[in-house]
Amino acid sequence: MSFTEDQITRYSRHILLPEVGGKGQKKLSQAKVFVVGAGGLGCPVAYYLGAAGIGTIGLIDSDVVDLSNLQRQVLHHTPDVGRPKAISAKEKIQALNPDVQVNTYEERLTAKNARELISQYDVVIDGVDNFPAKFLINDACYMENKPLVHGGILRFEGRVMTIVPNESACYRCIFKNPPPPGVVPTCQEAGIIGVVAGIIGTIQATEAVKLILKIGQPLTNRLLDFDARTTAFREIRVKRNPSCTLCGPNASITELIDYDEPEACAL
Amino acid sequence: MELTINGKVENLEVSTVMDVLKAKDIDPQLVAVEVNTEMIDQENLGTTSLKENDKLEFLFFMGGGA
Repeated sequence: MSFTEDQITRYSRHILLPEVGGKGQKKLSQAKVFVVGAGGLGCPVAYYLGAAGIGTIGLIDSDVVDLSNLQRQVLHHTPDVGRPKAISAKEKIQALNPDVQVNTYEERLTAKNARELISQYDVVIDGVDNFPAKFLINDACYMENKPLVHGGILRFEGRVMTIVPNESACYRCIFKNPPPPGVVPTCQEAGIIGVVAGIIGTIQATEAVKLILKIGQPLTNRLLDFDARTTAFREIRVKRNPSCTLCGPNASITELIDYDEPEACAL
Repeated sequence: MELTINGKVENLEVSTVMDVLKAKDIDPQLVAVEVNTEMIDQENLGTTSLKENDKLEFLFFMGGGA
C-alpha cells in the first residue's frame, strides 16, 4: 500500500518524525485498535487515533447519547442526544479522517463475545465505566495475548496503565477481584471533571500509538495516577504478582467471568 | 515509625499494614496495598509487619471511564 499525495500531506507531521517516517505511518494505517466504550475515555482515544490514521478502529458501546454526556464525551454533539454512541462516534471520526475504517458494535462486551471481538484487533483500550467490564477486558486480553491500555477516571483523578500479557503486571496483579457492588462510586454518582477524561484518554491513545510503532517505553509495570486538583502525576511501580489468579504461575482463572453488574452505569 | 505513604512521609504508631489502614480509617476491601513494591494479599494485611522507612502505596479502585 502506498500513500496518496493528500495522505502524505495529512500525515506529514508524523512522517517528519524519524521515529515514525513513512514506514511508521504505514504501520499505523495497518493497525487495528479496539476501543471498549465510546464515552469519556473512548471519545478522545478514538478521535486522536482516527486523526493519527489508524487503519481500523473498533468501537463497542450499547448506550445512546445522553445530554449529561456532552460535558466530556467530545465525539457526541447536541443533535446526537438519543442516538447510539457507537454510530455518533463513527460519524465524527470518519468526518475527520475518511481513511479510517470504523467497525461499530452496538452491544455490551460480555464473557460470550469478548474473546472473539478482541482477537480481531492488535491493541485494546479500556474506556468502560464499571469494574465487571474492566476485569472482563483485562482477562480477555490476557487470554488473547493482546496489549491493553487500561484507564480509569473519577472526580478529579485519573489513572493509566499499559498491560502487555506475560510481560508486565496485569490489572489483577494489583486488584484481585472487583470491589463489592456499590462501595466504589461511579462518575454518575460522584462526578467527573470533563477534561480529566480528555487527559487520561489522550494518554491512552499515546500508548496505543507507541505500541503500534514500537517506540519508546510503554507504561508497563507503572501505574500513572493524575490529580487535576494539584496538576500532579504520580508514578507507582508495580510488578507481576506471583499470586495473580490470572497471569501468575498458579493461576486459577481459565474462563471469562461475567460478574454481576452492580447497576449498569449508563452515563 | 516513619513510613512513606503514597509519596508522603508520615509518622505513625503502627506495626502492621492493617494498623495503618485502621489508623487512616480505610476499608481494606477498597484498596490494593503495595509495600516496597510488593503487592500484599488481602488476607496478609494483618500479618505483614512494617519497619522504619517502608514505602507503602495505597491504590484505590478507580472505575470510571464514561
